[in-house]
Amino acid sequence: MNLSGGLIRSSLARKYWMALTGLFLCSFLVVHLIGNLPLLTGNKEMFNSYAHFMTTFPLIKIVSYLLYISILLHSVDGLLLARSNKAARETRYVKYNGKANASWSSRNMAILGTLTLVFLIIHMKSFWYEMHFGNIPTYMSGDGDELKDLYSITVAAFQQPWYAVFYVISMMGLGFHLWHGVSSSFQTLGINHAKYTPIIEMLGKAFSVIISIAFASIPVYLLLS
Amino acid sequence: MNFTINVWRQNGPKEKGGIATYKVSNISDDMSFLEMIDVLNEQLIIQDIDPVVFDHDCREGICGMCSMFINGEAHGPGRGVTTCQLHMREFKDGDTITIEPFRAKAFPVIKDLMVDRGSFDRIIQAGGYVSVNTSGNLPDANATPIEKQDADAAFDSATCIGCGACVATCKNASAMLFTSAKVSQLSLLPQGKIEASERVMNMVKQMDLEGFGNCTNTGACEVECPKGISIENIARMNREYLSASITSK
Repeated sequence: MNLSGGLIRSSLARKYWMALTGLFLCSFLVVHLIGNLPLLTGNKEMFNSYAHFMTTFPLIKIVSYLLYISILLHSVDGLLLARSNKAARETRYVKYNGKANASWSSRNMAILGTLTLVFLIIHMKSFWYEMHFGNIPTYMSGDGDELKDLYSITVAAFQQPWYAVFYVISMMGLGFHLWHGVSSSFQTLGINHAKYTPIIEMLGKAFSVIISIAFASIPVYLLLS
Repeated sequence: MNFTINVWRQNGPKEKGGIATYKVSNISDDMSFLEMIDVLNEQLIIQDIDPVVFDHDCREGICGMCSMFINGEAHGPGRGVTTCQLHMREFKDGDTITIEPFRAKAFPVIKDLMVDRGSFDRIIQAGGYVSVNTSGNLPDANATPIEKQDADAAFDSATCIGCGACVATCKNASAMLFTSAKVSQLSLLPQGKIEASERVMNMVKQMDLEGFGNCTNTGACEVECPKGISIENIARMNREYLSASITSK
């Protein structure tokens, strides 16, 4: 196996890693969204037991480390790619008509990704860090478990208008990132077929719209309710 | 027709370049873009100004030499055309037209609008060939059956004229469309399959060494390609490179 040139250092390898980590992060978005649905129904008990399960169940712990690695790899690899792309054209064009031949989201993946990363850092500080290392008040659940009341922290956070607005903007950024990113990762992995590519593109766009609107609806709902 | 031409002037590879503005008048709408530049250059010679240096050869869209970036697009606003096939009727009378060289680190400017696309030649030298004898007692051309759709796909890929519009257009100055077309035209056919793994590894390695950017799959290259080369070729190269990297020793 040609590791040094083929699967790690080459330009194509860097893209394979972007695609694989990106798709893995998409699968996480689905799980994360389903777990957050109790926020919309106001089911405090269900949300807190979900948070408890996600931070204590051993198998989830293993997957969570895979997730942290994926986030890091996707970010660092993306930054390296953006840097080498910039270096590939030393003198910029005086006039460059990018919209003539490519979609807006495909031309702004790096900036949309950076926005998503900034969001992620703030988001993880607010909830992930607090859940793992902060002092969240606890209570005894009906099942006899000692649960951290992440639900009340989340609801309180989203009732600050600036915080909710920041979330909605960030979800729009994520949506545009996925609008191009999902189907692009299939192309990078070599999956392009006259019959299936239009379906993959359509599903990728549908995924980006559903995920971003569903996530954005949570702070909007909590702010208004 | 009358035009204001903003054109990139640069004396040499290491010199600092800049935009110069000239006026051209009495241009026929039937003229090709290169003929308009010819008129401009005749005018500059009379005024004792150095004519604008630009690449051109066949002037019928098959050699891939003409290489201008016109109003922010490779080969200008037309689709499926090279600069020599772009007609002045595509512009409006009185327009200001900005002309720049194809820009990429791997395409250094020689002078004005002329760039060195030798990096493409080196990618071809790295593996864009089949090592078969082409003299002596050759087998009959029809002895090896080739499926029609493979033959067509290989031919489509082979229509790439290596003009570099894909690199010029790509926001990352990536050479993926060119390299993948050259990989595909050979790997789709039985004679090219023998060296397919080695070929894709070597050509991608050379492409990286030349300092081209990476592929973001924006698809701009296939839109601007004068020969309509599809990004299906890029997916094919991604596939071949992945399997070659995993299986090579």
